[in-house]
Amino acid sequence: MSELTDLTVAEIRDGFRAGDFSAREVAEAFNKNVAAAKALNAFIVETPEKALEAAGAADRAKAAGEALKPLSGVPIGMKDLFCTEGVQTTAASHMLEGFTPTYESTVSGKLWAAGAGMLGKLNLDQFAMGSSNETSYFGNVISPWRRARKDGGGGDNAALAPGGSSGGSSSAIAARLCPAATGTDTGGSIRQPAAFTGISGIKPTYGRCSRWGIVAFASSLDQAGPMARTVRDNAILLETMAGFDPKDSTSLDLAVPQWEAHLSSDLKGKKVGIPREYRPDGLNAEIAALWDRGIEWLKDAGAEVVDVSLPHTKYALPTYYIIAPAEASSNLARYDGVRYGQRNLPDGAGLQDMYAATRALGFGPEVKRRIMIGTYVLSAGFYDAYYTQAQKVRALIARDFEQAFEKCDLLLTPTAPSASFALGEKQADPLAMYLNDVFTVPASLAGLPAMAVPGGLDAQGLPLGLQIIGKALDEQTVLNAGLAIEERAGFTARPDKWW
Amino acid sequence: MTETAYRIQGATGEWEVVIGLEVHAQVTSEAKLFSGAATAFGAEPNTQVSLVDAAMPGMLPVPNRECIRQAVRTGMAIEAKINKWSRFDRKNYFYADLPQGYQISQLYHPLVGEGAIEISLDDKNPDAVTKRIGIERIHVEQDAGKLMHDQHPTRSYVDLNRSGVALMEIVSKPDMRSPAEAGAYLSKLRTILRYVGSCDGNMDQGSMRADVNVSVRKPGEEFGTRTETKNVNSVRFVMAVVEHEANRQVDVLEAGGKIVQETRLYDPDRNETRSMRSKEDAHDYRYFPDPDLLPLELDDAFLEECRQSLPELPDAKRQRYEQDLGLSAYNAATLTADADTARWFEALLAEGARIQKKSESEVAKASANWLLSELYGALNRLGKSLESSPVGPEEGAELLALIADGTISGTIAKQVFEIMLETGDRAPKIVEEKGLKQTSDTGAIEAAVAKVLADNGDKVEQYKAGKEALFGFFVGQTMKAMQGKANPQVVNELIKKALG
Repeated sequence: MSELTDLTVAEIRDGFRAGDFSAREVAEAFNKNVAAAKALNAFIVETPEKALEAAGAADRAKAAGEALKPLSGVPIGMKDLFCTEGVQTTAASHMLEGFTPTYESTVSGKLWAAGAGMLGKLNLDQFAMGSSNETSYFGNVISPWRRARKDGGGGDNAALAPGGSSGGSSSAIAARLCPAATGTDTGGSIRQPAAFTGISGIKPTYGRCSRWGIVAFASSLDQAGPMARTVRDNAILLETMAGFDPKDSTSLDLAVPQWEAHLSSDLKGKKVGIPREYRPDGLNAEIAALWDRGIEWLKDAGAEVVDVSLPHTKYALPTYYIIAPAEASSNLARYDGVRYGQRNLPDGAGLQDMYAATRALGFGPEVKRRIMIGTYVLSAGFYDAYYTQAQKVRALIARDFEQAFEKCDLLLTPTAPSASFALGEKQADPLAMYLNDVFTVPASLAGLPAMAVPGGLDAQGLPLGLQIIGKALDEQTVLNAGLAIEERAGFTARPDKWW
Repeated sequence: MTETAYRIQGATGEWEVVIGLEVHAQVTSEAKLFSGAATAFGAEPNTQVSLVDAAMPGMLPVPNRECIRQAVRTGMAIEAKINKWSRFDRKNYFYADLPQGYQISQLYHPLVGEGAIEISLDDKNPDAVTKRIGIERIHVEQDAGKLMHDQHPTRSYVDLNRSGVALMEIVSKPDMRSPAEAGAYLSKLRTILRYVGSCDGNMDQGSMRADVNVSVRKPGEEFGTRTETKNVNSVRFVMAVVEHEANRQVDVLEAGGKIVQETRLYDPDRNETRSMRSKEDAHDYRYFPDPDLLPLELDDAFLEECRQSLPELPDAKRQRYEQDLGLSAYNAATLTADADTARWFEALLAEGARIQKKSESEVAKASANWLLSELYGALNRLGKSLESSPVGPEEGAELLALIADGTISGTIAKQVFEIMLETGDRAPKIVEEKGLKQTSDTGAIEAAVAKVLADNGDKVEQYKAGKEALFGFFVGQTMKAMQGKANPQVVNELIKKALG
């Protein structure tokens, strides 16, 4: 038998049920990997005792012949944006350092109720704002991948970005520190890190997963979703994470489909749209080539390929960088030093001084930048020119997709415009960093389900991902197409252990 | 008849005052607007605060259907347009009593659109001088918490019990032109809210407070620059603010100054308003639609239920009291000015009609008179309200029935009522035990009359000589002799007969 930590969620679940190994053995194996991977800085808090506790419950239930839960025996990582009762929740910020919620987010609560155990709280970009994990107050996560040359020539040892904001999740899964993890996606925060690290992740339709108890970034865009190494694992986790929550007004009151049971890589009768606007001049040649391979794979799976147009694509990024900061500037106003989290009260300071000092201390530069952008675009005199206009364009972008989906059932695009880059490489230029989201942001603005699956490695040996975008509520087609690609791409590459 | 216009006499001529009110009314509801936390007044600080109210990370608002329902019913009661599609917006500003850093309100698409309220400007004759005051809108929003600066020498404390409580902001048009109109509007609005049951209207507890917008102009000219005096918490204070602020503005203008658009505070102790902040210091609230909430869409069934649940409203009730019950305009107005009074009166009426086996209109006048004179007099004396009255509508109806069927006289009824107030006993028991039943036994009365006439031979002479006013004296003496229990009609007849 291979290492327990190489197993997928489905394999752990089934192997545990079959008695191939105990839940405790699994938890211990992952706990050991987590403890040995400090160099990746993937976790803010490690909770080996939580993983063991859930494993113990699973083992006892099995021994007693009780019915097992969907995720009995499966340990996972939890992005530190989900509030976890009794376990520090920071959103990777100094502002919330030491904050221990008295409540459990709906999504994490569902996972624990389904038998999953928590390996720890995963690092991320501060308040989920970033594409490289460099904005975390607790230091950036490092990707387990390193550049090498396919021709055997020497690469370099530069520390690479695991993507963001769910970079702790992507790095930990790629490095076998956990078989799966939660992520959240506002403009690509599940998909881009998945692509950077050679794993899969799905952002479901907006409203599928409750946002209750997730530290808010941009309310109209934030969606939780799973990240794992296989499409099947994503389906398994999403079934547990999704579902109506009366505590979230934007949650969809719909039954959760049995995505795993209906997984099928047979795409006969499906039409795949290829949006021409996603192939701009100067698109990375390796990514263009991978995209072409992806098209062939889907054809091979029985799908018909059609060209489609999403004419407002070029406005998606500016639209996103108005709406998301606008919402964030308001969502983050509650971090004021009055009730919880950091408080910086200089001698003789009044209330306004306390706000300024607390927020100057508690927020990092990227968070401050976005709060300022958001405050600006909502200000009197600018509101119509920016926010109102952006909402109109957002509606046009959503309409683009609706019209495209009259001609096809799903869209195939690259996930990110490049492979992972070295830490520090883009930090100085926020606009270059924002461009990372160019392919992922449109689906977020339209609230559509979208998934990243690995397609292959580039010339430097770094993973590249493909993105599948589906119709609203049609996660099944997205997962099925992901499975078709997964089967054909045969992506088995894994980073060599250096940490 | 038209109202005499209210004018301020300035050195340069007459000035007209223009008033608009923004009334914040706390919605009567067990729970807050977006959280399940309780809303009772007077609880220990920070005991009615949910995770949502404290704006903990990741918490989300969920609209409380009952608060929306109450606001819709209020809108219907002022004949306003109900917007089936409305939306919540965030009003962003930092303050220690505002945990989210924004107030959830409705700027762009309020729940209730234009309506109107009719006010009466003559208490004695409510239909004589009336005026329609337009309502611009009603929107629903969250209240903030409360800062306490008097608990510690150097620190301030925050009580979040009120944080998130539902308010209706009822915005009038600038349709009022005198302190009396502003007072009448606020009183009428409070009456309607209490009838509807959407707000308890208790201004002393802060359940209802008004922002008073005042400007002055020469009659017929354009509106002047207005000031807004915040959080005025009684009808009397609103009238005082209008009067003071209008006079202050006239003084400023006549001295060659300009009115600054600003927010002012009212100091009831000094009866003056003071500047709080000017427009230049005004916040940029950065309103935008709350992305945590979907637009509020109301269906016809919901609206129909709201409509069906509305009670008879004060104006309709007052007209019915006058037309169907035959009450005077004044009595009808007094009885309907307050929902609790009307409820009490109607219970008295129903019980009276039942006991006496008569229609409500047959017992209405006596019931109204007794309530407004006897009962109110007693309650005033005792310092009690109708709500805490020791005598309830059923007991009152029993007493009135005893008068109506001739068992006791009105005079005896007053005594019986006093005993009821003191002992809590019911009228029939008191009358029975104290032997207060009025007698129509002609034999006993004849004997008493005979004795009175015999004892007062000189007065009988005078009466017969034409001093007819002495008739009352004989009646009084006879009643006295009978200890008030004689049927006055029988007494009258027998005296007449005896005097030939």
